[in-house]
Amino acid sequence: MKVLVPVKRAIDYNVKVRVKPDNSGVDLANTKMSINPFCEIAVEEAVRLKEKGVATEIVVVSVGDKSCQEQIRTALALGADRGIQIDTDLSLDSLQIAKLLKQVVDKEEPQLVILGKQSIDSDNNQTGQMLAALTVMPQGTFASEVVVDGDKVNVTREIDGGLQTVALNLPAVVTTDLRLNEPRYASLPNIMKAKRKPLEVMPAADFGVDLTSKVSVIKVEPPAQREGGAKVADVAELVEKLKTEAKVI
Amino acid sequence: MSDELIKQQEIDFQLYEVLDTESLCDRERFADHNKETFGAVLDTANKLASELFAPHNAKADSDEPSFDGEKVSMIDDVKVAFDAYNEAGFVAGRYDYDEGGMQLPETIMTACSGYFLAANPSTTAYPFLTMGAANVIRSFASQELKETFLPPMLSGEFTGTMALTEPHAGSGLADIRTSATLAEDGTYRIKGSKLYISGGDHELTSNIVHLVLAKIPGGPAGVGGISLFVVPKYRLDDSGKPAERNDVVLAGLIHKLGYRGTTSTALTFGENGDCHGYLVGEPHQGLRYMFKMMNEARLGVGFGAAVIGYRGYRYSLDYAKERTQGRLPPKTNPTDPTVPIVEHGDVKRMLLAQKAYSEGAMSLCFFGARLVDDVHTAKTEEERKSAFELLDLLTPVVKAWPSEYGPKANDLAIQVLGGSGYTREYPVEQCWRDNRLNPIHEGTNGIQALDLMTRKIWQKNGAGLALLQKQIMSDFSQAKGAESQKLIASVGSYVAQLEPLLGTIGKALQSEQLLAVISNAHSFMNVFGQIVMSWIWIRQAIKAEQALSGEVTEQEKAFYLGKIQTAKYFVNWELPAIKRDLELLTQLDSSCSDMQTEWF
Ligand SMILES: Cc1cc2nc3c(=O)[nH]c(=O)nc-3n(C[C@H](O)[C@H](O)[C@H](O)COP(=O)(O)OP(=O)(O)OC[C@H]3O[C@@H](n4cnc5c(N)ncnc54)[C@H](O)[C@@H]3O)c2cc1C
Repeated sequence: MKVLVPVKRAIDYNVKVRVKPDNSGVDLANTKMSINPFCEIAVEEAVRLKEKGVATEIVVVSVGDKSCQEQIRTALALGADRGIQIDTDLSLDSLQIAKLLKQVVDKEEPQLVILGKQSIDSDNNQTGQMLAALTVMPQGTFASEVVVDGDKVNVTREIDGGLQTVALNLPAVVTTDLRLNEPRYASLPNIMKAKRKPLEVMPAADFGVDLTSKVSVIKVEPPAQREGGAKVADVAELVEKLKTEAKVI
Repeated sequence: MSDELIKQQEIDFQLYEVLDTESLCDRERFADHNKETFGAVLDTANKLASELFAPHNAKADSDEPSFDGEKVSMIDDVKVAFDAYNEAGFVAGRYDYDEGGMQLPETIMTACSGYFLAANPSTTAYPFLTMGAANVIRSFASQELKETFLPPMLSGEFTGTMALTEPHAGSGLADIRTSATLAEDGTYRIKGSKLYISGGDHELTSNIVHLVLAKIPGGPAGVGGISLFVVPKYRLDDSGKPAERNDVVLAGLIHKLGYRGTTSTALTFGENGDCHGYLVGEPHQGLRYMFKMMNEARLGVGFGAAVIGYRGYRYSLDYAKERTQGRLPPKTNPTDPTVPIVEHGDVKRMLLAQKAYSEGAMSLCFFGARLVDDVHTAKTEEERKSAFELLDLLTPVVKAWPSEYGPKANDLAIQVLGGSGYTREYPVEQCWRDNRLNPIHEGTNGIQALDLMTRKIWQKNGAGLALLQKQIMSDFSQAKGAESQKLIASVGSYVAQLEPLLGTIGKALQSEQLLAVISNAHSFMNVFGQIVMSWIWIRQAIKAEQALSGEVTEQEKAFYLGKIQTAKYFVNWELPAIKRDLELLTQLDSSCSDMQTEWF
């Protein structure tokens, strides 16, 4: 069984994010970039499926300029077999990414596509769902457990009310939640092995997808500074304040 | 401490701008590597350090290891981190591929070590000690010893220690008393006590391999009679598995100021006459073997001091940007808003000093690490020899300067935080306590200063010093910017005083004023160290100026301007402090040596 894992290059979660002085976006110059943590969980899940003998090949794909090859190599060092970089300098929206990925799905014909549920930079939580719709594959999002069973995959989903398990016919799209697994570290010997694994570069322009963005960023602002709390003497005062100051009741 | 352990930009600047680390890939040994593999290795180090080492740094300090008379216990997090470090393959990172290594350059391994040391120096000590011990075995032990002990040490099944110090012999190892007597089976029986042995006992691994300095009775007196032995906690059975206890007993744990997560032990060898030791290499060569590893080990101590200094700097900088207090003229009305303390001149002074000390010390150590690479892999024999001479000269500085100024940086970090800095709710006091070890171990800074003044400077007719001068001239000749040229001119006047000073010292060392001169060794280390560090800072400023002459983002511009400003600070504030030392040294001042013990 072939597994396709799309991964995104995103700002490292340890980095304190700075907003650009002109509010046009987040300042990424010289900041540490990594695989988006949810995507890393997706890679790990695929590698575990391979270790269990369920998956036979893991293909990772990333859309971006040359720098995202770094994240593809990381995925290869974690255990993926080959990589595809869809080369573009443009910053794309979820929908364009999903359309590009659909073409990869059509070509590679994976039985399972595992994606992160969202990326920690834009937090959109869309690409997996869109890809499922475009490819007309069933989807199991926010997975905390993935069990392949013959031509089905049982996906336990984290939903507001608790856990929900869905059985999907393969091929299917799964997006990962935080508790699905704990990704391994790329060991030094595996980093060297990854160097020798194939990484194909495909210009995004060749995909016949309209790459113009449908979304424009108007302004990016840092979250408001938290203001200090205040102690109230009793419940009556609290209720009073909630009514008059906070105006929430 | 959230945020990055060491700024990516700082590491990149040091590795790829100040040093041309990528050029190492032209060498056969590193031909398989490129910037990308280096980056991936650094990423793994950073990730492991951030996720598995940093989170228990404070806990390992407050919950230090304990000994119930039977076993040592410590918090579980240490083993998790230790195992992950081994699984990632760092222990053998420097070794050949066919030994299971990665053939990584020292420069990259040093950068990796920075993440671990910044995250959690005391847990990091366990794998680092093992790597040090494995290195000695690999370089000097017989094939049989290597085959027996190296594989389990490299895989993390066994740890290693360096057991040199004894209760009555620390700096003066010539006087150690531990003995090693040849037994009928060709191995030795070890008897004696060792003190302060780091990682000397614990339950992290199934065995501990002590490298013990001991004297074979009948051998030469002093350091020429010291031999080196492999002494395992458990002797091995025929299959190489730990079996019988080897009469090495933990007499007790030592309770320290910092580095509390690392067990510090008093060990008794051969109380029951049954402590087996295996001779490493030839008899009476033990200290020579240890010394061969010294340059690398001292580089490690210096770098550790630098990055702990850097952690305190980053933390206090973040704090100073957020903490508001007081107002800044002219806006001093109570109705004016209070300012973040980073805007106060005196706080800037303390932050600049920390930046100068810690980033400067890191840069010095990276230069040293590059020399280690050149010693082993430079293209020509001539280059390899030169690298060795220069490294040998600089080693006392690489050890002593960062370890003197790293704790100073941490002291200032405490001051920047004010009352918070003095509390255990904030991490900077632990940084200071941990860092305070570094001037003491691996040869005290007092010993380093003596080594520099009485040996290293004169070695091979001053070959090291000539090489250093050549390196400095070649770096300075690249200065194009106005600022760096001004700084070079300021340093020049001090460098010019070095030669006559050496003439004076050289003569005095041969005279009855010997005791006066050597009592001023610390001043000599100051003079030499501040000149070396001025050069190290100007090197960075030159690279920053070069970068600024190209296209840069606002953020990069700020980074490079910060480098130039710090170089300026160093040359204007720190360097002139050696005027006093130059004076004392030139006058052969004897205030210290004349002081009589009874007069205290
Ligand atoms: C936390 C910790 C971990 C350690 N880990 C290890 C370890 O793993 N293995 C190991 O073998 N040792 C270890 N040590 C021991 C360490 O290396 C010694 O403490 C150090 O070498 C100094 O020796 P000492 O303590 O006997 O001090 P001393 O040698 O008694 O020195 C005391 C002072 O006298 C000065 N002094 C001594 N001789 C001279 C001289 N000739 N001229 C001028 N000044 C002099 C010193 O500079 C120092 O200031 C550790 C120590 C500590 C505190």
